[in-house]
Amino acid sequence: MRGTMMERESIKSFWKQSVPLMERIGSGEKLVLADLLEPVKTSSSLATVKKQLNRVKSKKTVELPLNKEEIERIHREVAFNKTAKVLSKWDPVVLKNRQAEQLVFPLEKEEPAIAPIEHVLSGWKARTPLEQEIFNLLHKNKQPVADPLLTPVEKASLQAMSLEEAKMRRAELQRARALQSYYEAKARREKKIKSKKYHKVVKKGKAKKALKEFEQLRKVNPAAALEELEKIEKARMMERMSLKHQNSGKWAKSKAIMAKYDLEARQAMQEQLAKNKELTQKLQVASESEEEEGGTEEKVEELLVPDVVNEVQMNADGPNPWMLRSCTSDTKEAATQEDPEQLPEPEAHEVSESEGEDRPVAEEEILLREFEERRSLRKRSELSQDAEPAGSQETKDSSSQEVLSELRVLSQKLKENDQSRKQKASSEGTIPQVQREEPATEEEEPLLLQRPERVQTLEELEELGKEECFQNKELPRPVLEGQQSERTPNNRPDAPKEKKKKEQMIDLQNLLTTQSPSVKSLAVPTIEELEDEEERNQRQMIKEAFAGDDVIRDFLKEKREAVEASKPKDVDLTLPGWGEWGGVGLKPSAKKRRRFLIKAPEGPPRKDKNLPNVIINEKRNIHTAAHQVRVLPYPFTHHWQFERTIQTPIGSTWNTQRAFQKLTTPKVVTKPGHIINPIKAEDVGYRSSSRSDLSVIQRNPKRITTRHKKQLKKSSVD
Amino acid sequence: MKVKMLSRNPDNYVRDTKLDLQRVPRNYDPTLHPFEVPREYVRALNATKLERVFAKPFLASLDGHRDGVNCLAKHPKNLATVLSGACDGEVRIWNLTQRNCIRTIQAHEGFVRGICTRFCGTSFFTVGDDKTVKQWKMDGPGYGEEEEPLHTILGKTVYTGIDHHWKEAVFATCGQQVDIWDEQRTNPICSMTWGFDSISSVKFNPVETFLLGSCASDRNIVLYDMRQATPLKKVILDMRTNTICWNPMEAFIFTAANEDYNLYTFDMRALDTPVMVHMDHVSAVLDVDYSPTGKEFVSASFDKSIRIFPVDKSRSREVYHTKRMQHVICVKWTSDSKYIMCGSDEMNIRLWKANASEKLGVLTSREKAAKDYNQKLKEKFQHYPHIKRIARHRHLPKSIYSQIQEQRIMKEARRRKEVNRIKHSKPGSVPIVSEKKKHVVAVVK
Repeated sequence: MRGTMMERESIKSFWKQSVPLMERIGSGEKLVLADLLEPVKTSSSLATVKKQLNRVKSKKTVELPLNKEEIERIHREVAFNKTAKVLSKWDPVVLKNRQAEQLVFPLEKEEPAIAPIEHVLSGWKARTPLEQEIFNLLHKNKQPVADPLLTPVEKASLQAMSLEEAKMRRAELQRARALQSYYEAKARREKKIKSKKYHKVVKKGKAKKALKEFEQLRKVNPAAALEELEKIEKARMMERMSLKHQNSGKWAKSKAIMAKYDLEARQAMQEQLAKNKELTQKLQVASESEEEEGGTEEKVEELLVPDVVNEVQMNADGPNPWMLRSCTSDTKEAATQEDPEQLPEPEAHEVSESEGEDRPVAEEEILLREFEERRSLRKRSELSQDAEPAGSQETKDSSSQEVLSELRVLSQKLKENDQSRKQKASSEGTIPQVQREEPATEEEEPLLLQRPERVQTLEELEELGKEECFQNKELPRPVLEGQQSERTPNNRPDAPKEKKKKEQMIDLQNLLTTQSPSVKSLAVPTIEELEDEEERNQRQMIKEAFAGDDVIRDFLKEKREAVEASKPKDVDLTLPGWGEWGGVGLKPSAKKRRRFLIKAPEGPPRKDKNLPNVIINEKRNIHTAAHQVRVLPYPFTHHWQFERTIQTPIGSTWNTQRAFQKLTTPKVVTKPGHIINPIKAEDVGYRSSSRSDLSVIQRNPKRITTRHKKQLKKSSVD
Repeated sequence: MKVKMLSRNPDNYVRDTKLDLQRVPRNYDPTLHPFEVPREYVRALNATKLERVFAKPFLASLDGHRDGVNCLAKHPKNLATVLSGACDGEVRIWNLTQRNCIRTIQAHEGFVRGICTRFCGTSFFTVGDDKTVKQWKMDGPGYGEEEEPLHTILGKTVYTGIDHHWKEAVFATCGQQVDIWDEQRTNPICSMTWGFDSISSVKFNPVETFLLGSCASDRNIVLYDMRQATPLKKVILDMRTNTICWNPMEAFIFTAANEDYNLYTFDMRALDTPVMVHMDHVSAVLDVDYSPTGKEFVSASFDKSIRIFPVDKSRSREVYHTKRMQHVICVKWTSDSKYIMCGSDEMNIRLWKANASEKLGVLTSREKAAKDYNQKLKEKFQHYPHIKRIARHRHLPKSIYSQIQEQRIMKEARRRKEVNRIKHSKPGSVPIVSEKKKHVVAVVK
């Protein structure tokens, strides 16, 4: 109480002293803290107050607190920003669901509860004696009883091969399989080739290769070669035993029938014979008796061979101008064979042998040559067709005449021979069978030879007559062997001639084409010269300025086109090839066309008929307009997009079942009788907040606002 | 001689069992199936017509209440159970499959203002005009037991709405402020206010469950964050919003049913412009509920009709009404998204199909394929005038029809005036406001 008394006194004294201060305030002067402190200085009792005031003096003033609304506003703003941030995590999910082709509700997937077999087994125990016995057995054999169901061996095998190794091995296997399949495919393809020539060539090639290999083997490994030789010998013996290559086979018989008409069959026949000869030939352990036997053998063989075959050998290539060279050699051979009586047997063998050996090479060569010659012939014919007819005739004639002359010479010779033979035949009573064939062939020969001659006379001789005779004079040459060399020079001078002629033609045309523009250019200035220069300049200026936009003409053209397009079209119902011949380049007859052409009726006159400057579109049909979309619908930005969506059908009539199902998938699918819960963070793979909302609230310090507190107080007072 | 014959592999045409379908080889060569567009057009036209023919949405009417039905609630775990509260304080529980009332409770004196079920479906809460919040067991009382609430909370003021949290034992009521309650306590654990006005409804966000939305009679919609115990933002519209509903598939989207006959879909992060304004009703919209798929919502209106809106369309795709249905106060879309329930003034709860022409029951695969195909055709040709006209045609009661005409005229007049004003004033002086922005008065932070 004493303290308070003291204070009161000091305050009283303070007020007494501060009267002038009050006056100052009344006058409107500013007060400073120092002014207030002045009266305090004197009284010692106010020392503590003084101290406090000094302390205050040194400190800065604190800012006013914001009013409550402001604070709440800031709180709200912060909270809103926080919430917006939390919500923005849903943006991608929402966007995805909005754009989804199909949404299936309910969203949460019900996982089917399927436990792996190990888990199921682990809860199971053996009870009955039988089960226990089985388990004992399993244990003894180290079979797994529970988790995981693999034996130690299986485990080891699983671990044995690493992934890379397994991959490599698999790749290897794949490669091998692929290669095998390639080979198989190739073999199949080759097997399918029907060309006999090809197969022949291949067979020959193989034989050759085998021979080569054998040669090499002989050099490298004589023992192996010997073995190989034995094998070959054995094969030969077997062949000889089997008499496979005699003419007794089915194939051979059929060929024998065909041989008369078919060149290839004949050749095949011969080949087989040669093979037979080769195989059946005894090894040359020379003794005269055997030789004689060989002779008889040959005779027998000759008997077996039908006549036609030998005949071919002699004359097969006769009429063929492209086989001339081989023909000559053949004739030579034939000549050697023609008189077999004088020749000793072994020599004949030698000839045949040499033939056999040569043939593969020779035949291949012949084949190649044939092809080449054919190609060249084709080229030549093409050339000749391109070139002037006279030139082609010349070349044709020259070649044909050459052949002709040769044949003439040949026939003459043969005839002479024939006559001499006949004389011989009449003199000698008994004729060996080999010789007996010949007359028959020789009788046929002229017939064969006559054919080309006749053809010539019919078709070409007329033209020949027109030709200059100098070539004819040159042509008949008795020499056979110089032909090839002579033919080429004969052809050669022709080719340049043609070329020259072609060049001439081109030049002429060139001249014509190049001259025509120059003429035009000459003509233009003559007209222009008539006009004044100024006018001309101006016109040109205008022309240049409006180059290419002749508006009126364009419009007229456009209108004409529109009118044409709107006119009803005639209907042509003619069926080409109906009741007459049809095909490329053939047109149905005019009568037929006239008959089946339905003329379109004249439509009503156009609305813009008398309006020269207007085009009125008459296409718009008011009846269809009711079924047409007038405004482009919203999501589309261009009419063709919309049209395209309309034009792609979605029905099962136009689409496969799968596509139909895909096209008609509904946007939202709901399962009947299933409750669809609101989307959850877990459904879309987000982590839901671990703390519950309730716990967060309860931890929040300002969970009850001041207003509510007041209310609570009020209610408690009541 | 080899004779070539036509031969067929029996595997290609012999059936394994008699139940197998015969294999019909088809040739899809387009030249064999000409006129695809016209044919599909006709199919689409027929499908549209058939849809109209089969449009019979009304399924059942549940009668029993002795006053107007004021609120509805779905059972979270059972599709067949529905709860309804009436204006005389009566709560009824219905079985939809049997279409009868299975339980009746006299819950409150006066209106049952709000009803909501607990997320587990074992109990439900009601609020009434007698300032109480009551918790009830979902199952009825045993024999000889009395019908009594599990808990009763006596409040100081009238509660006008209630909603339960989607995951936890928390519920929210609204009246003078938004209160958040722990089920175990008699006092709210948190109450949030912003301004002084009665709040008509409060709704928990089903996805981000700590968010709440409420609408008050001073024309605003307020969003709250329960965790931070603070309101977030407020948007003021032209007229009062009766209720809001959150989109169950899109966390930040909600739709507000407004007195100005429109519904507004908002993105809660950008409240200054609604995402879409849905207009078709001709009177105040009283309730709105989303389809569980989040693609559509249904709205109940004072104009005695309910309408179904696609979320992204401003016009309704469907309108349901019957002669006897009066002002529709509440509406709910069932959890399997197949049906709609609405409670109205004349004491009935009506059950509708969400898709008017849908066939109920199990469909065979062919029926399903045909349905899908027809749906796609209708979608494909929806812009064609004939089809559009048929698809859009609805019969309306005369009152609604004439109202629509009248409002069209009013709207046109308003538009004309606006255009004229813009035309006759200095360019730029009269701002052109879009339809979306027109209805938002302000956004308060």
